[in-house]
Amino acid sequence: MAAPNVMQIFREILWPLAAVVAAFLVGGIIVLLLGDDPINAYRLLLSNSFGSVRDIGWTMHYATPLIFTGLAVAVALRCGLLNIGAEGQLYVAAFATAWVGMTFGGTVVNSVNWSWFSLPSFILVPLCILTAMAVGGLWGAIPGLLKARFGSHEVINTIMMNFIAIALVSYLTQYHYKNPGPILETPFIGEAARIPRLNEFLPFISHDVPLNVAFILALIMCVLVYIFLWKTKWGYELRAVGESASAAEYGGISPKKQIVIAMTLSGVLAGMVAVGEVLGTRYNYYHDFSAQWGFLGIAVALLGRNHPFGVLIAAIFFGVLLRGEIFVDGFTRYVSKDLGFVLQAIIILFVACFQRYARR
Amino acid sequence: MLEIISWAFLFSAITAATPLLFAAMGGLFSERSGVINIALEGLMLAGAFTAAAVTFQTGNPFFGLLCGIGAGAFTALIFAVAVIKFEADQVVAGMAINFLMLGLPALISGVIYDSTGSTPQIDQAHKLPQVVNGLSIVSVLALILVPLAWYVLYKTPFGLRLRAVGENPEAADSAGVSVTRLRYSAVVISGVLAAIGGAFLSTGQSSLFTRGMSAGRGYIALAALILAKWRPIPVLFACLFFGFTEALTIQIQGASWAKIGDEPIPIQFIEMIPYVLTIIVLAGFIGLSRAPKALGKPYSKES
Repeated sequence: MAAPNVMQIFREILWPLAAVVAAFLVGGIIVLLLGDDPINAYRLLLSNSFGSVRDIGWTMHYATPLIFTGLAVAVALRCGLLNIGAEGQLYVAAFATAWVGMTFGGTVVNSVNWSWFSLPSFILVPLCILTAMAVGGLWGAIPGLLKARFGSHEVINTIMMNFIAIALVSYLTQYHYKNPGPILETPFIGEAARIPRLNEFLPFISHDVPLNVAFILALIMCVLVYIFLWKTKWGYELRAVGESASAAEYGGISPKKQIVIAMTLSGVLAGMVAVGEVLGTRYNYYHDFSAQWGFLGIAVALLGRNHPFGVLIAAIFFGVLLRGEIFVDGFTRYVSKDLGFVLQAIIILFVACFQRYARR
Repeated sequence: MLEIISWAFLFSAITAATPLLFAAMGGLFSERSGVINIALEGLMLAGAFTAAAVTFQTGNPFFGLLCGIGAGAFTALIFAVAVIKFEADQVVAGMAINFLMLGLPALISGVIYDSTGSTPQIDQAHKLPQVVNGLSIVSVLALILVPLAWYVLYKTPFGLRLRAVGENPEAADSAGVSVTRLRYSAVVISGVLAAIGGAFLSTGQSSLFTRGMSAGRGYIALAALILAKWRPIPVLFACLFFGFTEALTIQIQGASWAKIGDEPIPIQFIEMIPYVLTIIVLAGFIGLSRAPKALGKPYSKES
């Protein structure tokens, strides 16, 4: 591949940036109409997500699941597939991960033994991570296979798979693996299944920041996805199908195979959300645990121009919104944290509208 | 078991099908003109919130409904501009509208009512009226809408052009039909209809708006549309079937007959039926589902 020239990079960055600026302008007008000061709202948004090391830690914590789902959506989009199913994929993965962490982690609640036997940490943690990847990948592979075999549209199937995933996991939690108490959640995973938080070896990160090793894993995945897509034959074939399925087929690449691979990889990446959330933050699966990460992944991928490093920047940007909106909620008179949702929606809309110009 | 063979159960199934029918009929117009409408969910929410807020303020559910329709039409127009004028990806733009309507009603309701979770309760007397106990006037309208939509789509020049634009926009264009104008009107019609479905949720079925209250009905309506292969009469049956499963999940809870062995049937499995069925039908086990040919493809004269 030829080295991208400066103009090309400039154009890649210009349009997403324009979308963000436009969204903030529209958001500002909405804030003004609601009766608050937009400058103040945006100052609260930014100063509380970058103001101190602790704030930055929180922002990165919020960004972590979005890096995974953003990568998930980007990999599928590179193959010409829109994976709206990251939400369902991360749900089944999170439940399965919690199940493994509990079943092989010696979990005992109120003298009820949930565990078959206990594995040591150096086996259990990798096992849990592999479970998250495998189960997410499986849930992604199904719509991939259906598309390859029957040609049924992945958008509709992934939407359906989301609903099935959430119903299935909520059934399993409610009927078979319910932690005693009012919350619909599983029992907690064993100590051996938990991954360390970054403040355990980086003392400058405050003890209340749940930022954990999954963030490092997310950064590694960005690099790995980059290498896969642009430095390997498989990645080249996947992208070739995304550029033009018929041309790829003419060149001896099987689009069907690539569709299944792309959707599986997409599911694997979405499933890795479970690593940070189940193994590193909350230590169990609980109902409604995802803050729409799967859907936000679409926005992250689009804003990041389907490039792993773009995804990283876009995810951190959305992390800023998620962290900052809490303070906008608390310290303005009228504006609630839903401003974050509205800004995200407007950004997606603008990115989608500008896509046409970016391609030229 | 006999409980489900009763007027009350039939009415509750029709009631559950009502918002689906409006949304699916809206989707029908949009998609037959070639525009994928994932935004149905958001359009319903726009209608639901506006209708509930206006009905609470004025005490007039019909005025509330009208304003809800206005909000749905306006939101649909934003969507239409994005996908028709700017040729934005229809699925992505639709998702954006759904996101917007998860946040915007809460944001506005937070300012007006100091609560981002829901709008205040509407007086029972101010809800959309029922024709008989358990059956709303809106449900009756939904059932009338089906033959009406069929007539418009198949027996009027507008419907003929709409279908032409969705199948072969180039040919329709050279025959003098304005592809853009037809698609704009089709998407706005979908906003109007989906908003009525949403308004029924908040001012007919219940008496307040809660955050994200459509709870995936926009997507189920889309599934019904696909199962029905984009035809109005089968859409009716698909929606009634989904309404039936929803009514069943309510009926089944705590019912003594709803058991497999000694265990009660988990409602989650009944909830899954529409979704699993859609996947099966899409896979072609019950005949191939054929979408309008130009569905999802932006149209520009130059190309």
